[in-house]
Amino acid sequence: MPLKKTALYDFHIEKGGKMVPFAGWSMPVQYSNLGVLASHLHTRENASLFDVSHMLQMRLSGRDRVSFLENLVVADLEELPLDSSTLSVFTNENGGIIDDTVICKHDDHIHIVSNAACADKDLTHIRKEISKFQQRGGDVDLKVIDDHALLALQGPKAASILQELCNKDLRDFMFMTARHLNIKGFDCHVTRSGYTGEDGFEIGVSSSASVQLANLLLKYPSVQLAGLGARDSLRLEAGLCLYGHDLDDTTTPVEAGLTWTIGKRRRKEGGFLGAEHILPQIKGGVMHRRIGLIIEGAPARENAEIYNNENELIGKVTSGGPSPSLQKNIAMGYIKSGYHKPSTELQVKVRNRMQKAQVVKMPFVPTKYYNKK
Amino acid sequence: MSFTTLRGFSSKITLLGGFANKRVYIRPPIIINTTKFGSLSLLSRHYSAKKYTEEHEWVDVDENGIGTVGITDYAQTALGDVVYVELPEVGKFFNQSENIGAVESVKAASDIYAPVSGKIIESNNKLTDKPSLINKSPESDGWLCKIELSNPDELDKLLDKQDYEKHCSSESH
Repeated sequence: MPLKKTALYDFHIEKGGKMVPFAGWSMPVQYSNLGVLASHLHTRENASLFDVSHMLQMRLSGRDRVSFLENLVVADLEELPLDSSTLSVFTNENGGIIDDTVICKHDDHIHIVSNAACADKDLTHIRKEISKFQQRGGDVDLKVIDDHALLALQGPKAASILQELCNKDLRDFMFMTARHLNIKGFDCHVTRSGYTGEDGFEIGVSSSASVQLANLLLKYPSVQLAGLGARDSLRLEAGLCLYGHDLDDTTTPVEAGLTWTIGKRRRKEGGFLGAEHILPQIKGGVMHRRIGLIIEGAPARENAEIYNNENELIGKVTSGGPSPSLQKNIAMGYIKSGYHKPSTELQVKVRNRMQKAQVVKMPFVPTKYYNKK
Repeated sequence: MSFTTLRGFSSKITLLGGFANKRVYIRPPIIINTTKFGSLSLLSRHYSAKKYTEEHEWVDVDENGIGTVGITDYAQTALGDVVYVELPEVGKFFNQSENIGAVESVKAASDIYAPVSGKIIESNNKLTDKPSLINKSPESDGWLCKIELSNPDELDKLLDKQDYEKHCSSESH
């Protein structure tokens, strides 16, 4: 099957994007003017622009949209204020994670963004649940948003740039909230969020205006284009999961360290797929769980084995590599409960050699989300 | 060298723009050893040029049968900023194609294989503190190790510069 292209494909080529296949899309892994390492550090110090239009954007409408979606995800969407968003997970009947997603609640619809790599299975799952819900008389409707690009502007300089471009005071635009902003004449759906650990925005804009908007943002000398390479190392430092690696459909949100995404009311009431497997784990514990590691010596990558000091295999790395910001090797992985406490000394096998490792709290690099002080 | 990990992106790094090695290697003139029979020596037949592997490594063998090994400019471009290098232990013997170390960037880890069989007589320790030498000078100061060849015939199976460049351009498309 030919790779799909976002509305910014030609733009990427023109700007020296090295295109690679990713989740069925042709996406820039980096740009010729900046290596992954430099691009990563640039994001932490200035601002980077990422094309994330490959992600699946959906619009859920209908009178019963909130109660419908609560069957599928663990978030308390009743409580979620209007124009606010939350990280959540779609669960299956066994309590495993079908996908992670960001859900944004508006007065007349819910905006959902999920992973490109999971787009097909997410849609199949949601549509199947919709038809069951409708048969029971529920009023809900789903539309895939395929005429809008999604641009992520990330980094400490993102806010001042966006503020200048839309000529609006953004000081009360808090992390994980959403707004419609007019950016130089373009109508944009903007959330103050991202996947880098930095302050920043994800900007939904019509595909036809996306290149113009990207060029407007790039006019600022502090903005550089960044690709999947930097996006991956940035999110790892921020302790954020990558579906298919750190999360999958056999892993529950409790094992994944995402218990905080399960709303208080949801813990009492359940009412989402797999709740009977997930909720007892909150009190009863789990066999293995996601942790962060700092590793001496060689970087440990996905599938590297984790051992205790008695050389027993206790887990596996799911994402890992050198951290450009810390200049240390970081990794996240799953290990047997009991070894998960910070400062626990462990070992990770890289190319048949044991490397010293220590469990650490995530994020590895402090996040800079724009929250009320 | 092979790219073992490029998490989530693709199984192989693809490079747009292709092979653009403009470096020129000035080598000392090859001394042709004539024997009393008047033919070229065995050494000069084998050791007449820098050789390459499909795994994007080079080996440059001197008149004493010592091969200097490194990764190519194409490889360092594909890999990106090198942040970690694992070098083979001096004194150890490796067979051709055996894993002798690794070169890692933020995005990928790449195994290094012995381009020829032999004993490691030196590792480039400068790389431990300065792995970026591989990006700056992959085919000179950024060399990885020196091997005392045990079977010079293996060189015949490696690629010459022209074949290697062809191999790179086929990988880029």
